[in-house]
Amino acid sequence: METMRLIWDFIQNQILGMKWLNDVIGAGLEKLGIDLATRFGGTVCFFLYDTIKITVLLCFLIFVISYIQSYFPPERSRRILGRCHGFPANMLAALLGTVTPFCSCSSIPLFIGFTRAGLPLGVTFSFLISSPMVDLGSLVLLTGIFGTRIAVAYVVVGLVLAVFGGFLIEKLRMEDQVEDFIRKTGACNATELPELTGRERLIYAKEQMAETFRKVFPYVLIGVGAGAFIHNWIPEEWIQKILGDGNPAGVILAVLAGVPMYADIFGMVPVAEALLAKGAQLGTVLAFMMAVTTLSLPSVIMLRKAVKPKLLALFVAVCTGGIMMIGYLFNLFQNLFI
Amino acid sequence: MKIQILGSGCGKCRRLFANVESAVKRNGIDCEIVKIEEIEKIAEMGAMMTPALALDGKVVCSGRVPGVEEIEKILMHPSLPA
Repeated sequence: METMRLIWDFIQNQILGMKWLNDVIGAGLEKLGIDLATRFGGTVCFFLYDTIKITVLLCFLIFVISYIQSYFPPERSRRILGRCHGFPANMLAALLGTVTPFCSCSSIPLFIGFTRAGLPLGVTFSFLISSPMVDLGSLVLLTGIFGTRIAVAYVVVGLVLAVFGGFLIEKLRMEDQVEDFIRKTGACNATELPELTGRERLIYAKEQMAETFRKVFPYVLIGVGAGAFIHNWIPEEWIQKILGDGNPAGVILAVLAGVPMYADIFGMVPVAEALLAKGAQLGTVLAFMMAVTTLSLPSVIMLRKAVKPKLLALFVAVCTGGIMMIGYLFNLFQNLFI
Repeated sequence: MKIQILGSGCGKCRRLFANVESAVKRNGIDCEIVKIEEIEKIAEMGAMMTPALALDGKVVCSGRVPGVEEIEKILMHPSLPA
């Protein structure tokens, strides 16, 4: 048992967390005559360490995950979901949302494809909530930075939100709130595409990796820059006062700030890391991350093409409210996790 | 033959377009290449992920950018599964 724990600690700290890299960069900077104890030295070290760490994790993770995801095209998810009904269908949709490849420009064709195949609205929304918020990448990334317990808890509450959010939308019977053109054309011509070969999957994974890297890298730089700034230049008391246990509205503030923003989870992690180190509460930080990744102004505008304002507002309200609840829950039980 | 490229104009769709173009040019295939960017139309054709490639209205590949070689294979033997 003890050996297992040591092995896991090693994986978490040295392989996923790359603590050794921090030591190497620190030693290198000191050789160059930069004192790490100064603000400038600390900023440079944080920036270099986090940029390299996140880039390596990003490339490796996206490659592996894309390979796995190539087994779960949305056509297959739709077929699987078509066989389930009621609450279990919502649960399955939330789970499939984590492994089905997703990008916001595909959300409308996907929405239409699901709806025309006759899937209930709530099931589709369970999928749409879980897909951007929780994926395999966030699980591994959060493990490397916050540890296993927080990572697993993040994924579990994310899934719970997706299941219940979809279920609630189902119960409110919003079917008439879907834009007409989506139903009008009737049944979809279900395309059955041939299975990919192993080589095609590898090519797909490589493509995804290159594409994601190009798309996400600027956000990583911005995120790491913001993280380095927070880490070294913002007084701890400020953060504690606004996002720490002194401010009961901290979660609400964090979520309201995060909702319109668009960023990838890879860009969010350094900011979250720095805020946490400076005394922000765990629930507040996680709620901020969830709000940024799940909802954004561009994705909401996109979804407006498929659903009418009332359903759109309900979707935003369910996500926002759910994330706030999750934030307060984590703050309440913070001492269990840190 | 009509080759349709389905996608809202993101980077991947542009790469797919370029790959199709070079596959067509390399083999001197007689065809028309069209871009379909309206999301309603894309969904109607049955593609759930973009970019997608369709031959005469039938989606043959979606959610990824196939390489030039793979596209050649699809174009030369449209009846065979890719």
